[in-house]
Amino acid sequence: MITVAFDSGGAAAAGPWIALAKPTHPALIDVEHRVAELYEMVNVPMAVWIDEAGRIVRPAEPSSASDGFRQMDRKTFALAPEIMAEYGRRAEVYKDALRDWVRRGAASPHVLSPDEVASRTHGPSAADARAHACFALGRHLAQAGRADEAQACFAEAVLLAPENWSIRRQALWFESPEAPGGPKFWSAVDALGKRSYYRPVRMRGLDES
Amino acid sequence: MVTLLSSNGTSRLDGARVDGGDLWIPISELAQLGWELRPEGACRGDVCVPIPKAREHDFVRDEAGGRLFNLTELAALRREPVVRSERGDVFAIGVASDERAALLRGGEAPDFALPDLEGRIHRLSEHRGKKVFLVSWASW
Repeated sequence: MITVAFDSGGAAAAGPWIALAKPTHPALIDVEHRVAELYEMVNVPMAVWIDEAGRIVRPAEPSSASDGFRQMDRKTFALAPEIMAEYGRRAEVYKDALRDWVRRGAASPHVLSPDEVASRTHGPSAADARAHACFALGRHLAQAGRADEAQACFAEAVLLAPENWSIRRQALWFESPEAPGGPKFWSAVDALGKRSYYRPVRMRGLDES
Repeated sequence: MVTLLSSNGTSRLDGARVDGGDLWIPISELAQLGWELRPEGACRGDVCVPIPKAREHDFVRDEAGGRLFNLTELAALRREPVVRSERGDVFAIGVASDERAALLRGGEAPDFALPDLEGRIHRLSEHRGKKVFLVSWASW
């Protein structure tokens, strides 16, 4: 297992969490969101399965995450017991699938064929690539103390790639590091309406029957 | 001076000139970006991008201080997005999306190198021969 923190705040932002988790696996910090761009990880958490030969056997998907968090009490962060239970169920389904792959390798039904990997790989589109360039520029300007110019770049990135929540939420962090998950985040989530925050996970027992 | 953000990292281009939105740099500064002008075109390692004969003046021009090369025109030829700061002092060149998409759909996991909390660099390719569960998270 390799974890990657998409954190432009670097060790100062991600470090305390990593120190608490005491990981025995490589816990990496990606200030540029480079892995996000390389693997089309448009949100957190997202996971990719890579086999012994360095081939992707499951492209980026939100592991067991789902939109249940949208029903959270926004003051207490509490979730109803039935939503918590569903989160737990989904996590078990996903972990079972992962264990099955570890044990059985290519024989696991969760390993996708090369054609299926290709068909589940969305892009990136030209707009996605431009959004990442805008994000890189915004990040550089923000770190140079040019906050207004930076936010203009982030705004363009969000317009170009509205489904890229990693860019959007990191931009909110640059704007307000103490409360990146504040009202602006929730209003963006609410604006989704019936659209998903997390892409459906195409795995039996999760979002596929 | 212009700062360039690209797949090559952050580069400081001291002799750069911005003209009509284009980024021109002295030929001598191409090397720090990994590029070299050869008779077959603009080359990076073994890969050369031919410069269209009829449009050579869009890419190369001679000035009193020496020969300049138009980096933004090269990016356009390679279908790489270019964005710049309002002041024109910082440019970012992104990746060609069709090339990246084709690689990703091909199924080969792209390599990367990132630091851990202690600053030690880890490469994905160091884990070849083992299964890798690559998962993202964030503190925000």
